[in-house]
Amino acid sequence: MKRRLFTTLLLSLAVTLLLVGCSESSTSSSDNEIKFMHLWPEGSSKHHYEIVNEIIADFEAENEGVKVDLEVLSNEQYKDKLKVLSTSKELPDVGMTWAAGFLEPYVGGNMFASLDDVVDGELADEFIPGTVEAYEIDGTTYGLPLELNIATLYYNTKMFEEAGVEAPETYEELIDVVNAFKEDGIQPIALGNRDAWTGSLWYMYLADRIGGGAAISNAIDRSGSFEDSALVEAAEKVLDLVDKDAFVKGFNGLSDEEAKSMFMNEQAPMYLIATWDLPNFTTNEDVPQEFRDSVEYLKFPTVDGSGDMNSFIGGPGVGLFVAEDSKVKEDAKKFAAFFIKEWGEKSVAQAGVIPATKVDASSLDLPQMYIDILDELTEASNITLFADVQMSPSVAQVHLDAIQALFGNEMTAEEFAKIQEEALSKE
Amino acid sequence: MNKVMSNRLSIAIYVLPALLLVTILVFIPLILSAYYGLMKWDGIGAMEFIGLENYINGIKDEKFWNSAYHSFLLAIFSTLSLAVYLTVSLILASKIKGSDLFRKIYLIPMLLSSVAIAQLWIKVYNPSNGILNAILMNLGVKNPPAWLADPSLVLLAIFIPILWQYAGFYILIYYAALKNIPESLIEAAKIDGATPTQIALKIKLPLIKEVVVVTVVLAIVGSLKYFDLIYVMTGGGPNGASEVMASYMYKLAFSSYDFGYGSAIGFLLLVITLIVTFIIRKITATDEQVEY
Repeated sequence: MKRRLFTTLLLSLAVTLLLVGCSESSTSSSDNEIKFMHLWPEGSSKHHYEIVNEIIADFEAENEGVKVDLEVLSNEQYKDKLKVLSTSKELPDVGMTWAAGFLEPYVGGNMFASLDDVVDGELADEFIPGTVEAYEIDGTTYGLPLELNIATLYYNTKMFEEAGVEAPETYEELIDVVNAFKEDGIQPIALGNRDAWTGSLWYMYLADRIGGGAAISNAIDRSGSFEDSALVEAAEKVLDLVDKDAFVKGFNGLSDEEAKSMFMNEQAPMYLIATWDLPNFTTNEDVPQEFRDSVEYLKFPTVDGSGDMNSFIGGPGVGLFVAEDSKVKEDAKKFAAFFIKEWGEKSVAQAGVIPATKVDASSLDLPQMYIDILDELTEASNITLFADVQMSPSVAQVHLDAIQALFGNEMTAEEFAKIQEEALSKE
Repeated sequence: MNKVMSNRLSIAIYVLPALLLVTILVFIPLILSAYYGLMKWDGIGAMEFIGLENYINGIKDEKFWNSAYHSFLLAIFSTLSLAVYLTVSLILASKIKGSDLFRKIYLIPMLLSSVAIAQLWIKVYNPSNGILNAILMNLGVKNPPAWLADPSLVLLAIFIPILWQYAGFYILIYYAALKNIPESLIEAAKIDGATPTQIALKIKLPLIKEVVVVTVVLAIVGSLKYFDLIYVMTGGGPNGASEVMASYMYKLAFSSYDFGYGSAIGFLLLVITLIVTFIIRKITATDEQVEY
C-alpha cells in the first residue's frame, strides 16, 4: 500500500512538472516593463553592449517606474529566436530588425507597429536621408535605423609599397595590381564567399560602375531586368576576376571571418567590406598598431571608363522595431526614440560606428580614416542598398546561391542573370 | 517482478511519462509539420491552404533530389565504414597489448561537440593556411586542392570528419558486444583447431549479428538526417555541392522563409527515412534468436 501511494505521488509530481513546464512563465511582468532584445553580446561587441546598458540606465532614471528587461543573443541566434517568438506572438516590446526584405514577412504578419508618429514627431530631421526610408513599406515606417554602413575597398599600404604599386582607380589598374601581387606570390584579394553576401558586394559594385547606381535596384523592383546588358557585363567582370585568380584560394569555402583574418594577418593586401569593420582598422587595441597604421581605404575603381566613384553600396544595418501587440506600446515607442537619440553620439565616440542619425563629429576626437569616411558619406551621390537586403528572403537566397555559383565558375553570366530574373518574376 | 508487471496501473506509471514526452516532443510536431506542409506560409504571417502543392513541388525539385543523393552517399559511406570499425573492434577485443588505450583514443572524437569538430576540420582544410595543404605542399604538390571550396571534392572532404566523429561510438558498441561472447566458445573453437580468422568470421561475427544490424540501421538513418557538421562547415555550399536533405530543409525554412515548403521537405525526409528503415529491417530480419 505504501508503495502504491509513493508511485502515485511520483506520477502526480511528474505530471505537475510537465504542466509547469508548458505553462506561461510571463506572469511576473509588471505593466511598465519594456522587454528589449538586442544582438550585441558582451563577448563579441563589448562597446555596443556597454552603450546599450548606459542608455537603458539613463532611460530608467528619466522615467520613474519604467523598467527595461534585457535579453541579448548573438546575430544568427537572434534571427532564429525572433522568428520563433513571432510565430508564438511573443515578440519583445522593442527589438532589432533589418531593413527592406527582412521586414516584409513581419509587416505582412502585422507584427511590427507603425512608427510614423515617432519619425515625423520626436525624431523629425534626425536621420541621414536615405536611411529611414529603407524601413518603409508602402509609405509606412516600421523601423528606426541605428547604423549606416558603406562598403569600401580596404588595402594594405605597406604591402602595396613593397610590391611597388599604387592604389587603383580603374578596373584596368586593379588588374595590374592583382598581377603584380601574383608575381610576388601573394594572393591579392581576401574574400570569404561561403557567406555569399561578400561576393555580392563585388558584383554590386561592378554593376554600379557599369550600369549606374540604379541598375540593380531597378532589376529588383521590377522596373528593370537582371538580363540588362550592364548587369550581365558585371557578372562577366566577376568571371574575369576569378579567371585572373584575383581572390584568395578556395574563397568559396571560406567564411568572411577567415577572409578578414587573412587581410589582418597581411596575407592578402585587399579586402572589400563595409564600415562595420572600421574599428578593427582604427581604434581596436587588440589589433597591432602597425597593421592599423598601414590600412587605407579606396573608393571602388571605375570600370571601362564608366562609373561614379562617389556612388556606394551600403545601407542601414540594424534598426529598432516596436511590437504591434505590445502591452506597453507608448512606453516602448518612447524608449525606441530615446535610444535613437542617445545612440548617435555615443556610438560614434565609443564604438566607432557610423550611426544613421546626424552627428556633429567636429567636437569628437576621431581617427582620421573615420572622419574621411564620414565626409565621403556627406558627398555620396548615391547609396545602393545591399541586394540581399533589398530582396525578399526567398529571392535573396537564390541571389546568394547564384553568386556562389558564378564566383565558382559553375555558371555563365547569362545563366546567372536568368536564374535571378526567374526568381524575381515569380514573386 | 511478475507481480508488478501484471498490475496495469504500475505498467502505466512506468510507460506514461516517457510516452507523454515522446508524444509532445515528437509525434505532435510531426503531425504539425505534415500539416504545415499543406500551407503557403512564411513562418510569420497568415497561412494559406494550398493542398499538396508543396509536396508535389518537393518531389519535382531537382535540388531536393540532389541533396537526397548526397544523403544517400553519406549513408553508403557510413555503412561501409562500419566494416572498418568492426575490424578494429575485433582486433581490440582479442586481448592485444594496449587495447585499452586504443579504445580510449578512438573514443575521443565522440567526446567533442560537433561544432568543435567542425571548427577543427575547417582549420585543417583551409586552402592557404591549413595543415593538410601545408603537408601536401611540403610533399611537393604544387597546387593542392581547395577542399571545401571545390564542388567535386567538398562532399568527400566533409564525409571524413563525419565518419571520424562516429568511429568511437561504433567501435565501443562492437567492442562491448564482442566482450559479451563467452570465453568457452572461443576456447572450444581453438581446441577444434580454428584459426583466429575463422574464429572471427565464423564464431564471433554470427554471434553479434543482431548488434551489427542495429548499427547498420543507426548509421543509415543517422546519415539520412545528418545536419550539424555540414551546416557549420559549408552551409551546404558551394552552390549546393554539399547540401543534404536536412540542411536543405533548414535553408528553405529559415533562410528563404518558406516554412510551408520546408515542412513539406521535412516530411518527405521522414518518409524516405521510414521506407529505408523498413527495407533494412526486412532484409536483415532473422527468426532465430542468438543463444549463447
